[in-house]
Amino acid sequence: MNILVCIKQVPDTTEIKIDPVTNTLIREGVPSIVNTFDQYALEMAVQIKDKDPDTKVIVASMGPPQAEVAIKTCLSVGADKGYLICGREFAGADTLSTSYIISRSVEAIEKLEGIKFDAIFCGKQAIDGDTAQVGPEMAEHLGIPQITYAIEAEFVENKLRVKRETEDGYEIREAACPCLITVTKPAFEPRYATVKSKMAANRAKIPMLGVADMDIDVERCGLKGSATKVKKTFVPVRNKNGIKIKEETPEESVAKLVELLTGAGVI
Amino acid sequence: MKSPFFNEDHEMIRDLAREFAEGELKDAAVEMDKTEEFPQEILDAMGEMGLFGLEIPEEYGGAGMDVRSYVCVMEEIAKHCASAAVFVSGFNSLGSAPILMDGTEEQKQKYLPGIASGKEFMAFGLTEPNAGSDAGSMTTSAVVDPSDPDYYIINGRKCFITGAPIATNCLVYAKTSPEKGSKGITCFIVGMDQEGVSVGKHEEKMGQRANPTSDVILEDVRVHKDQILGTVDEGFMNALKTLSLGRVGVSSLSIGMAQGAMDLAVEHMKERKQFGKPLAKFQALQFKMAEAETKLNAARLLTYNAAYLLDMQHEGEKVDPTKDAAMAKFFAADTAIEVISTCLQMFGGYGYSREYPIERIYRDVRVNSIYEGSSEIQKIVIAGKLFK
Repeated sequence: MNILVCIKQVPDTTEIKIDPVTNTLIREGVPSIVNTFDQYALEMAVQIKDKDPDTKVIVASMGPPQAEVAIKTCLSVGADKGYLICGREFAGADTLSTSYIISRSVEAIEKLEGIKFDAIFCGKQAIDGDTAQVGPEMAEHLGIPQITYAIEAEFVENKLRVKRETEDGYEIREAACPCLITVTKPAFEPRYATVKSKMAANRAKIPMLGVADMDIDVERCGLKGSATKVKKTFVPVRNKNGIKIKEETPEESVAKLVELLTGAGVI
Repeated sequence: MKSPFFNEDHEMIRDLAREFAEGELKDAAVEMDKTEEFPQEILDAMGEMGLFGLEIPEEYGGAGMDVRSYVCVMEEIAKHCASAAVFVSGFNSLGSAPILMDGTEEQKQKYLPGIASGKEFMAFGLTEPNAGSDAGSMTTSAVVDPSDPDYYIINGRKCFITGAPIATNCLVYAKTSPEKGSKGITCFIVGMDQEGVSVGKHEEKMGQRANPTSDVILEDVRVHKDQILGTVDEGFMNALKTLSLGRVGVSSLSIGMAQGAMDLAVEHMKERKQFGKPLAKFQALQFKMAEAETKLNAARLLTYNAAYLLDMQHEGEKVDPTKDAAMAKFFAADTAIEVISTCLQMFGGYGYSREYPIERIYRDVRVNSIYEGSSEIQKIVIAGKLFK
């Protein structure tokens, strides 16, 4: 089986600082990590490889040249190879454009590797943007089935059987391959690298994919190809004047909330 | 910290060890101290990661790295768990250095892969009840078996042997020619399951409590001459050289532990308020911490320098790091004890409570100026070089 794991390099902090002039994240001085949910997606893929050593796990990430470090991190914990999707044309992409670009890279990677992917694993969302859109949108661009919020996955014949988390509990679903899943926090933790794997990963050359390497419509890339525009980003101010409604039952709490909101003329 | 002593590989190894220590050891260290047990799964994980065979060449299952990699790992692990760091030094230094130095090809193939993977602990049996710093006065004896000259019979008692209860094998230094004093000592690789080998009672220690330590008792233990490490009557040099290499291990253990304590104290001092302001705003306390920080960094530089020189020596340069390693060991151990004591003071009454990790670190560090060559022995080595 061949699995593509899509990962994103994100700042390792919960205290995001934002440049007040450009409204973008200040990344300087903030250590970067592989997005937590993407680490789970990778671990899930590598565990499949542990059981079936013929499995190939390939990582792809779209980002600036320094995102190479994140791919190397993935190589040190079990990925066989990693591609960096990188180019000036991709800058400023929103989720629609990002998912389009990465979905176009799938075919390019398949050609380069001489394989077909049976599944694409993504983290459910990135901890910086929190949109949870790129994975599902990729599935749409590729026209393949998707299962979101996976916590377990196994290949059964030519299908992927997935245990997914829902608000009420769990569901077991199957999708025909090729398919895409997004992974949420599972019961396991990602493995640690070993001294040897870390050294080998650090020496690996990470191939880059740009517009010239893919069958891609440049008009749909980057800022130009984005349907949305960031007007403002900010850290929400903690409101200390809030009140807590905690009645005996949820129904009573709701009634009380409605009463208060109505009273205040909000609804 | 950027340092001229380290390259990118060293920094990566450091990151790996730091990540593991923060994720797996920080909390576990509290429980280990109480139960005096080191969890097998943590030991296994460290072995799988390759933290126990850093300097063992790749052909024997190790990572084939250098002394500085070992120092990076020791420092990061020691920040959160001294007991785990002592296992790192047990496998990487005392257990494997003697074999790397004097082992035959066959012995290297037989013992090093087990050590590198963390599956077979090799204890280092030098100290005896009446032979500590004066190791040459040991009384454990090995005599040729009168019925078969291919065998030796070992009798004696080794004490304070780190890891003895969990060890697969033990390096036993014994007198083969007692009349020649320290020039009549031979090193044997003894299986802990061999007839006549037993471990004494569990040593209940002040600190580093998750490293099981006990006596190793040898009663008419019959060993084949193939179990001799190196040359007959030349084992004492092997022991001394091993301890000389081991000094940077205790040095890096010391600076790691002191850094761990500094991190805790600085955090505490920013939060803890007395007389209406955080402790960090009191100049008297700032000065104490500034002194501690300076001494710690001086110790760090001595340690890094000694490790660097050891690596240069391995690469064939004509350097003698003996004095540098002794200075690093003496200064780092004594400094760590002082720095950690200062940090504990910053916690006030809380520092004396077992609820806070600083109390454990204070106990854990005390032995650093005692074992693997006390500070006094280091000074003898330093003075010896000074007045040669």
